[in-house]
Amino acid sequence: MIISQKKPLETILESLGESRSVFLIGCAKCATVCKSGGEEEVWQMQEALHSAGREVTGSIIIDEACHMLRVGRDLRGKQQMVDDADALLVMACGAGIQSVSAAVPKRTVAALDSMFLGNIRRFGQFEQKCSLCGECILSETAGICPVTACPKGLLNGPCGGMDNGRCETDPEAECAWAQIFSRITNDGREMDLDRSVPPKNYAKIPKPGKLTLPK
Amino acid sequence: MNNPLSNLHRKLAVSEFVFTAEVCPPKGCDTSLFIQQSKALAGVVDAINVTDNQGANMRISPLAASALLLREGIEPILQFTCRDRNRLALQSDLLGAAAMGITNVLALTGDHISFGDHKTAKAVFDLDSVQLLEGIRMLQGGTDLSGKKLEGAPSFFTGAAAAPEAEPFELTLFKLNKKIAAGAGFFQTQAIFNTVKLERFSSRLNPSGVKIIAGILLLKSAPMARFINKNIPGLRIPDEIICELESSTNPTQTGIDIAIRLARAAKAHSHGLHIMAMGREEVIPEIIKGVI
Repeated sequence: MIISQKKPLETILESLGESRSVFLIGCAKCATVCKSGGEEEVWQMQEALHSAGREVTGSIIIDEACHMLRVGRDLRGKQQMVDDADALLVMACGAGIQSVSAAVPKRTVAALDSMFLGNIRRFGQFEQKCSLCGECILSETAGICPVTACPKGLLNGPCGGMDNGRCETDPEAECAWAQIFSRITNDGREMDLDRSVPPKNYAKIPKPGKLTLPK
Repeated sequence: MNNPLSNLHRKLAVSEFVFTAEVCPPKGCDTSLFIQQSKALAGVVDAINVTDNQGANMRISPLAASALLLREGIEPILQFTCRDRNRLALQSDLLGAAAMGITNVLALTGDHISFGDHKTAKAVFDLDSVQLLEGIRMLQGGTDLSGKKLEGAPSFFTGAAAAPEAEPFELTLFKLNKKIAAGAGFFQTQAIFNTVKLERFSSRLNPSGVKIIAGILLLKSAPMARFINKNIPGLRIPDEIICELESSTNPTQTGIDIAIRLARAAKAHSHGLHIMAMGREEVIPEIIKGVI
């Protein structure tokens, strides 16, 4: 899931600028789970905007704001409220915000910062495990991703800052390679440690990414 | 031995004990103090390490600073990290280094951006230190990392970093072996405080033929030692050393005495010593004198 966080209200008001009337768009998927753009947060935003002297023409929670066709269709269903607004304030990830900007030629304002692809540890606690690097090496690293878990993304073992199995950037955090090492040793797959891993192929993840499945 | 690539290479190859020291290039383009400090050391050490945006703090390019030392007839060890350069920049700077006559290169990953003075910068880490060593070996073989042929291949005496006191040791060992396999001819180690751990390190690595230059850190006070423990990755000064400095009436001299004591102990398990004086480079000759 895409982990997102609300921008401070002052930042949002600054981005809205002269736009006096606003239509609010939330997302029923990731932003709802992150408590950054679900029903409750959209309602709170409406209250906050009212208090700041802005008019809210209406709101909608889209079932998956990254679904471009659905966003277009759902916004057409609220045509009048959308038309009445000076700006659309989107409480979804960057993908969702751009489904909106692609569907409606109107000022689109981002209410959230998108942060990472996250696992859910427990309610309200998210952790990045995967960096979407385009060539998965988890089969060779005992199911623990050094591209993500190591702040330097090192592929061939720990850096010189590791001590007592801890990371140089955060003494509370276990070194990614300490985790991989103990798992690999437990699995009896030490041979995976001797192999020098070649540089990553960044051509696998060109920007902007595109994928079209064969018919 | 085939043609030695540098004085450092020659001495290590014939098992002469070497001394290296670290001089931090300036933050700014006035290199007069840097040159002056390096000149003062040139007679007592075999080569001078020129750090690369040490601790992720922006300073003058170590490539330029190393070239300036060469111009003064001083042999540099160019420290070269993966933090600030992608594979194009790494290779192109290495070719530049070779063209200017730099031969000793220390291939490093680099301290994390979060320790330095540009915390909002993008860290590169396109390659890691093992991949950088392999890249250097490819350049020496006459091709770049994409397999394209070079006009003129460089020749480097290549080294790498090691942290003999880091635990668990076995976790660090497999990477050290990869570094040796990728062409590291010498290791310069983090500061050594525990000779037993250095002995463990050298007994495991000596069979490979890699040369070990053990790190010696000059401390001047207990607060400084605590500051290092808190802020400098890879350096862990044990409590008993901090206590020794704290209870001393002359901590500056005690720091020198500790450095000499550790250097003497480390000598038996190494092929050379690397002295990190943390800005007090003028004391280095006294430490070396105390060891020889």
